Amino acid sequence: MWAFIHKLGSPKWFYGISARMQPWFWIAAVLLIAVGSVWGLAFAPADYQQGNSFRIIYVHVPAAFLAQSIFVGLAVSGLVFLVWKIKVADMAAAVMAPLGAAMTFIALFSGAVWGVPTWGTWWMWDARLTSMLILLFLYLGVIALRGAFSSRDSGSRAASVLAMVGVINIPIIKYSVDWWYTLHQPASFTLTSRPSMPVDMWWPLLLMVLGFYCFFIALTLMRTRNEILRREASKRWVRDLAREEG
Amino acid sequence: MPRSDTLTIRESRGGLGGAVAATLRRDLILMLRRRSEIMNPLVFFALVITLFPLGISPEPALLTTIAPGLLWVAALLATLLSLDSLFRADYDDGSLEQLLLAPQPLPALVLAKVAVHWLMTGLPLALMSPLLGLMLGLPGGSYLILAISLALGSASLSLIGAIGAALTVGLSRGGVLLSLLVLPLYIPVLIFGAGAVQAAILGDGAAAHLAILGALLSLALMLAPWGIAAALRISING
Repeated sequence: MWAFIHKLGSPKWFYGISARMQPWFWIAAVLLIAVGSVWGLAFAPADYQQGNSFRIIYVHVPAAFLAQSIFVGLAVSGLVFLVWKIKVADMAAAVMAPLGAAMTFIALFSGAVWGVPTWGTWWMWDARLTSMLILLFLYLGVIALRGAFSSRDSGSRAASVLAMVGVINIPIIKYSVDWWYTLHQPASFTLTSRPSMPVDMWWPLLLMVLGFYCFFIALTLMRTRNEILRREASKRWVRDLAREEG
Repeated sequence: MPRSDTLTIRESRGGLGGAVAATLRRDLILMLRRRSEIMNPLVFFALVITLFPLGISPEPALLTTIAPGLLWVAALLATLLSLDSLFRADYDDGSLEQLLLAPQPLPALVLAKVAVHWLMTGLPLALMSPLLGLMLGLPGGSYLILAISLALGSASLSLIGAIGAALTVGLSRGGVLLSLLVLPLYIPVLIFGAGAVQAAILGDGAAAHLAILGALLSLALMLAPWGIAAALRISING
């Protein structure tokens, strides 16, 4: 166990192992997303209330899942970096944050587009929309804080602390916003009134969610590898690598 | 006079309690010598509240409806503005490093600093809020709840905000970044603070809201000092 963690801490070892893992995640992501989107967009039955517009769910829900998971990932990486000083964890956190912000934005945007045919408006101060918007601000804060320090190490540690503070606050924010919503507005539109999803709609959604996760892992591996090369550019093994590859 | 020939090793004078008391005393004296810094958030609070009737409408019915939210948002922004100076002067003159070097645990010392910040910012805001509530036409009976909710809530705001202030104290232009970091974390306090006043206006019991504000405060009291201490170490060492 400890040997494994120590190895994981070595950027060189991670660079090697991620090279072997990366293609599998790419293949899985492409297959899952291709099958899921064709099935979901073309073959799944249309919703009896929302018609075809419900198909936005196949982008919206996976993006929202990822948006929340990535923030937890940021906090875990931050903890690993602060406690065990594992540099790879921080490199992963650095490349995950913009990806998480992008996923949050996609979830918000697809939600807004979906809102037009179903609710008749682009934006509602709905509890879930509001907490996603706050999540986007939290992401932007972490990214901005990392960029604000002139010393990279301080920026990394500050961003790690902020991610951990944020992850403690996310459930509190979520529940208070939920409560605020029930206090202030009677639910005029509910998404929950749709029937429990038929299996034909549910399977493609599951494939899409898994596909998005594989895509995220593959992209994070790829970007972390780039980050390793960038940060370790002065190390011997990187220069050897550069010489071999020409 | 009896003299002992053996050397005795003694604890540094005062221990933890002494150090916390000394930090409290020092910060209070420093704040009381810069009265304008105490006044500024209050003036800002009153000014922002003055802007709203001018910008929206002087209609009393409308103002009463939006008053709880206005008062809370304005108080929150006033607290936010005062945060930047929380560690700034100590950082500039090096006394923050002395605080880090002290043998006493940093979270306790930091808690004393935050307590002074609340005493000099949050509490005056809470005491002043009934006056502004009166001007916005809040119904009688909600003033006490307004003041209590602000007093409770602003303590959480000071604690949470201090994490952000500690993270940005080493940056030359931390002000805007500070608000980006801290405002999303303020949302729960805002919701329940404004909710308490709203409930008091509607005649529902505000006790539940105040209880949640208290719960948020105890959570912040428990966790925030560690976060502030960790953030200060990053800012100083980096």
